[in-house]
Amino acid sequence: MNAILSVRDLEKTFGSIVAARDISIDIPALQTVGIIGANGAGKTTFINMITGYLRPSKGTIRFEDRDITGHSSREIVRLGISRSFQVAQIFPSLTVFENICAAAAIARGPANALAHALRPLRSPDTLAEAEAAIELFRIAAYRDARAATLPQGVRKLLDIAMAVVGWPRMLLLDEPTSGISIEEKFTLMDVIMTALKSRKITVLFVEHDMEIVARFADRVLAFYDGTVIADGAPAEALADPRVQTFISGTKAPATGAAHV
Amino acid sequence: MASRANLVGALVFILLAGAAPALPGWVVSLTTIAFANALVVLGLIILWRAGLVPFGQALYYCVGAYTVALLARWFGITDAFVMVLVGGILAGFVAYIIGFLLARYREIFFAMLSLALSMILYGVLVKTETLGSTDGFSVSPPTFAGYAPHREALALALYWYVLGVGALAALFVGAYFRTAAGALAIPIRDNEIRVEFLGISVNRLIHTKLVIAGVLGGFGGALVAMTIGHVDPNMSYWTTSGSFVFVTVLAGAGSVAAAFVGSLVFEVVRSIAVDLLPGLWQIILGSVLLLTILFLPEGLGSIASRLRRSPEQVT
Repeated sequence: MNAILSVRDLEKTFGSIVAARDISIDIPALQTVGIIGANGAGKTTFINMITGYLRPSKGTIRFEDRDITGHSSREIVRLGISRSFQVAQIFPSLTVFENICAAAAIARGPANALAHALRPLRSPDTLAEAEAAIELFRIAAYRDARAATLPQGVRKLLDIAMAVVGWPRMLLLDEPTSGISIEEKFTLMDVIMTALKSRKITVLFVEHDMEIVARFADRVLAFYDGTVIADGAPAEALADPRVQTFISGTKAPATGAAHV
Repeated sequence: MASRANLVGALVFILLAGAAPALPGWVVSLTTIAFANALVVLGLIILWRAGLVPFGQALYYCVGAYTVALLARWFGITDAFVMVLVGGILAGFVAYIIGFLLARYREIFFAMLSLALSMILYGVLVKTETLGSTDGFSVSPPTFAGYAPHREALALALYWYVLGVGALAALFVGAYFRTAAGALAIPIRDNEIRVEFLGISVNRLIHTKLVIAGVLGGFGGALVAMTIGHVDPNMSYWTTSGSFVFVTVLAGAGSVAAAFVGSLVFEVVRSIAVDLLPGLWQIILGSVLLLTILFLPEGLGSIASRLRRSPEQVT
């Protein structure tokens, strides 16, 4: 089984604070991986290191057999790893369609900023890509709505649609259902996962809702105190006593248990 | 949309060019100065759309002006086409060098740093005796491919020349706004993180905008220097930059034509204000700015879009 992403001995420190440590994992292509953990467990730090937002203090990250450790976020996006954010990162002044057009023009255009001065924003290619993304994420009803006025769920979908127009092979979703009501969470995840599977994208998603993780993930990585304490199929990982104690809270901690 | 705007622009251009001989001399010279300054304002609009307000654009204006003056003084070059071209290129080069630093800053830090750089040039010019110190020095009258007009003929030739350069700059900036780099100004203003995570450098996009704005500032300064026939360090002073920001607020960043209309309105209001209240003309100018901000927050250019009542294309 070939790994699309391979991480070895990853570590991130901020002064004396260790935010992530001893992370070594392999993610096979097309797998959907749920990342769980309490606040401050190192989930977002892990995502930020893979996407180039943070430079690891130690360790290596390989994507499609290429070392991407310490690459800039722009380079990593161009290599095929895209991401969405816990707070949807969209262009509030533009309409939904204009948001995706702008994203497509950047992601499908050259990496050189100067070259963009010689290309139109709306080429047939970017327009077709924007229309396809709107269909894929089922946001046609909001096509001409200004992004600032969108409901939270549509903002999330737009954020992910913008991350997908460049046809990444891997997508990292940071809490795709945060701020979404319980009734809407499953519908939203259904739309997202159906879209991403149809594009054959390997997915890593951070999630706090264990029911969402159990339903949508093929595999679960459980983070605690900056490292992975459980890694396996959802049923297996969620049944791990340490996960139940420190993350899902279904089991009371033993007296004095502070570190793993 | 773009072709209709170009058609209207072409008609206004022909009208302005054709009417010149019939216009009073003061109108010709006022319009020449206003349209030359409008080139600097065009540059400000490019940056403004990306959320950047430079309070030191007079730096490039001054570089363009002094280039023209020195080309004539040191090299005997008086050809208007060469002088404006060299003035614009040199100002663009200065913007390119400064851009490596300036493109990394945003908001008030960008505004203040640009202001500081323009004031450094002001300080250098004030202390340089060979360049006339605070008095500056005069600029030789320009020639046009061997044609050397005088007095009224020179004023008319400069008017037409400024009109021509202005039209070319307006066409260029209009085309730039329709390119991906030009249209990405609003995404940059809205959310730099998203732009970066789509795979393009925001700083480099801004750097490109700084260079274009610098070239336009240089063109403006070069044309004004030829029109007035004099350069001095005040061309780099912060109040000069402030007047360009004033005109940009008055014009709004919505359209290319607004830069020219706004600049003309500014010159007319200033002239009337100085005539009515010689010692207190700033009060009138300040009141106009206040009224613009209160009732036309998107500038004079928004009147046209309000009248059309059509949805504005933002990308």
